This record gives sequence, structure tokens and C-alpha cells, in this order.
Amino acid sequence: MTQAPRSVGLVAPLDMAFHEPLALKSGALMPAYTLRYETYGELNATRSNAILVCHALNASHHVAGWYEGDERNVGWWDNLIGPGKPVDTEQFFVVGVNNLGGCHGSTGPASVNPATGRPWGASFPVVTVEDWVEAQARLATRLGIERFAAVIGGSLGGMQALQWAVAHPGRVGLSIVVAAAPKLSAQNIAFNEVARQAITTDPDFHGGDYYAHGVVPRRGLRLARMLGHITYLSDDAMAEKFGRELREGKLKFGFDVDFQIESYLRHQGDKFSGYFDANTYLRITKALDYFDPALAHGGNLAAALAGARARFLVVSFTSDWRFSPARSREIVKALLDTRREVTYAEIDAPHGHDAFLMDDARYHALIRATLDQVPA
Amino acid sequence: MSAALPRRPDFDAIAAWVKPGAHVLDLGCGDGSLLRFLREARQATGYGVDIADDNVLACARNGVNVIQSDLEAGLNVFETGSFDYVILSQTLQAMKHTERIVKEILRVGREGIVSFPNFGYWRVRAQLMAGRMPVSSELPYQWYDTPNIHLFTIADFEGFCRGHGVRILDRVVLTAGRSVSAAHNLLGAMAVYRLDRCGGGAPVQP
Repeated sequence: MTQAPRSVGLVAPLDMAFHEPLALKSGALMPAYTLRYETYGELNATRSNAILVCHALNASHHVAGWYEGDERNVGWWDNLIGPGKPVDTEQFFVVGVNNLGGCHGSTGPASVNPATGRPWGASFPVVTVEDWVEAQARLATRLGIERFAAVIGGSLGGMQALQWAVAHPGRVGLSIVVAAAPKLSAQNIAFNEVARQAITTDPDFHGGDYYAHGVVPRRGLRLARMLGHITYLSDDAMAEKFGRELREGKLKFGFDVDFQIESYLRHQGDKFSGYFDANTYLRITKALDYFDPALAHGGNLAAALAGARARFLVVSFTSDWRFSPARSREIVKALLDTRREVTYAEIDAPHGHDAFLMDDARYHALIRATLDQVPA
Repeated sequence: MSAALPRRPDFDAIAAWVKPGAHVLDLGCGDGSLLRFLREARQATGYGVDIADDNVLACARNGVNVIQSDLEAGLNVFETGSFDYVILSQTLQAMKHTERIVKEILRVGREGIVSFPNFGYWRVRAQLMAGRMPVSSELPYQWYDTPNIHLFTIADFEGFCRGHGVRILDRVVLTAGRSVSAAHNLLGAMAVYRLDRCGGGAPVQP
């Protein structure tokens, strides 16, 4: 039964509380925590049709649909997920989850630490991709999902999809790894470090315990977001969208906004610093920096992936310079070397890293075709 | 889920050579129908390689693993000796770097399987004699829209092998799907070869 693609419509987030301590990779222990999540579609009788969507840096559990009274707050991957869409919620039960340490409802640095009665702030542990996957796995178990038909993510979300196949080979049928990398390059880490420095040197940061002071390190967050945004777009996409266009049609010989690109970055920075938690930003960039599944195998990625049992779909975009196609090919090569089931597509798209969020017909058709082969 | 796929005449010849359970790389795999055929007929595993977006999508629809990559750039992503067979079916004549790809096939595969339309086939010759570029079921293009840039004959290919350290292990010559037993270069519309490197196959993967 084929229907025209539509939205999942009105959705509402749910919370799941966990009281069993979670041992983190850092050695710290999360005594108890809550994960905020959303689901779309119906879990079938055999519980075999679940798909987990992993989010990247600034996104959340709100993957598709909209909230009551806030219809403009559309889920971040709504173009991909819904009835009749490539990830078809008529067929699949889709789960989106805000990661541990996040700032969209799951326990994070802004949450109150029950042990002290104050926000965790600086004392919230550093979390890793491995920790997130363990927390997601516990949520899956509580939802009655022994095995995901697929785990999908872009960028940092793609790293989680990869980690799922490594850490829980029996619990994932298909791993869709989009615009990701097997580990960050020195350049990637360098960008993250500048972003973190922008935050931690903001006078309003207060060592991470800014909540008590009633302020947020807004200027630092704003700079971090502006810097990040530059890396999400290709040179061509930026030239196409803004070029050297002037906001007021003439040079002003001052240091306020001359060019449209400046205005755009400031707007993005302002918007972001209004809702995102700086401590979460620090932790997510660290999770990116630390991700390196090959490290435990002497740097041999093929050895790290040898235990995976999932099929893989790896997708990259030609104009992505943050995680270029060459980085995806490292993942593909490791999977080929160890004879895993893998399909690799290199989509010729102009948008840069952000292409994974775009409605590109070739990219979406490939995800649809791959999921059509999944026995749900 | 998809209907039975069209089977090209060289598929049976190729399948007859492929040992059960072999690990196979199909270069220029198109919609993946050969790999799917080998999986069903020979329980073969492996991957296709294709550059075209529509072929990558068609492979995904056929449930065939495919790596989107440009063959002209070589096979760097594949380790030496990592496949039992590397197949180049009806693709060699469309490649720019002929010597490089044959060398790469025999590096990555223990054996190579190459099929191509024979430009020495008498019907092809007859069309040329009549003063026109040949069009046939093996060469279904007009001169102006053909992807084929290096057309050659059975005699040309065997001369190439002799000159490039390539050993011919097996050969099947076909016309209208039937085996040709004499005057191959004249009566054969298509040829399929099984090859390795002179002095044995590719070095075994360490």
C-alpha cells in the first residue's frame, strides 16, 4: 500500500528513568539518569521492526513531526522519516533519543544532581559515544526491543550507528553510517578545541557552574556555533547562498556587519546560544574527539569491525570537507578487508557536511531501497 | 522482491567457473544482476563496483552490495589477493586505462574473468565492409552515443595477454548464447576468459 509521503504529525516526548548505575568509559559512574525519547509508528508483534535514529551535535530525540502548540518545531530529520517516507513509519517503529549529557530533556549538566540538590554543572562526567550506545541499548531493552532492524545516524550519529554494530553485533541488523568518520583528524579536533576555548574563556562560564550565577556563557556558545557552522557548509554552498553580498548594499568601513555571511553566522550563533547548554556542547565535542573504535585494536579498524554482524550502508557527500568521502572510505575499506556486508555511496551533493540533512533524491532513494530489503 | 533479472549470455559461462562459496568482485556491476545470479547459483559472496548513481541504487534494490567508485582510478580500496575472482563483464571495452585495470584485476583477484564483445565477429566485419559502424545485440549503440572507446577482437585480446604477462586459463566464445568451437575470431560474437598472472596467481594475502 503506497501513499504519498506525509508527516508523522503531532508527537510528544517520553521519559524513561534508569536506576541501575551506568559505568562510563571515563571510569565515572552515573548512579541514575533519565533519557528523553520519541517513537513513531508501531512496534510489531515480533518486535523486529524497530529503527534507532542517533543524533549529531546539536540535535535531539525530536526527529520527526511537531509538538502541540508549536507546529513550527519540526523534527530535525522529518524529511526522511514519516509515513511513506524513506524511513517509513507505516512499516517501521522509529525511536529517537536525546543522548546522556544532552540538554533536551535527558539527564545532563543542567539537570539537578540528586546527591547535591544543585545542577551537575562542571561535575557532570565526560561521556563518550560508547556510553551513549550503552544507554541507548538499555532504553531499547526497556522498550522490549532486543534487536534493531536498523540503526541510522549522520555525522556523530553515524559514529553511534557504527559503534552499535561493534558493541552489540547481535542487536543491529543494518547500520546506516552517513557523513561520518572512523575517528577525528587533528584538524577536526582543532576546530572542536577552538569551540571549547570560546566557551570556557567566556567570563560567564564560571568553570562550568554558571547556573548558580544565573548566567550562561552566551558569547562563547555563539562563537562555537559560528565556527561549527562554517565547517558544515561547503565553500561553494556558501558562495552560492551569500557570495560577497552586502547586507545594506554598501561597505560601512566599520566592524559591524558588512556582508550577508556575517549576518547569517551571527544569527545562527544567537539562535543556538539561546537554547543550547554550553556544558553539553563541551561534552559532545569531547565525545567526538575521543571516538576511535580502532584504538583498542592497535589502530586496526578492520580488526575493530571484524566482530560486526550487521549489514552496512555507508554514505558520504562529495562536498563534505568536515568528514570527507575519504573518511567514509576508511570505514568501507575496513569493512571490505574483513568481508562485512557493505554498500557505499558517494553522493555528488553541493551542500557540504549538512548534505546529510537535505532532501536529496539519490540519497533518500538509496536509504529507502536499502530499508526495503530489511525483513521487518 | 524484485522480479527475475535479465541474464546476459556470459553469465552461465562465468558461473560455471566460479567455485561454490567464492568471494567475488564484479567491476562495472550495473544493476548487480551477475552478483545476484552468482549468489543464487554459486552461493558466492562479494561486492559490485560501479560509478553511476542509478546503478548503485539498482544494486541496493537487488540486495547486492555495491561500492560506488571510479574504476579508472584503480582499485586502491581493495587489498591484494582479497578475492577469489575479479570479474570485468562487458566493461573492458568501455575503459580508458586498459592496461592498468587488467593489472589491478590480477592484483586484487586470484583469478580474473573478463568478457567482451568480439569486434572480429563476421557480422561486425560485414557492417564495417558496408561502410557503417556496427550495431548488434553485443554492441547496441550508435557511434555517437556508445560508451565503448576501446573496441578489440579476440586475436587482439590474446595478443595483449601474451604481451602483458597474463595467462589464459580458460576461454568460452559465444554467439547468440551458444558456444562456438571453431574460427572463434570470425564466428564468435562474444568472448569470456578466465585469467591469472603468468607464474601463478596473485600473491596470497598475508
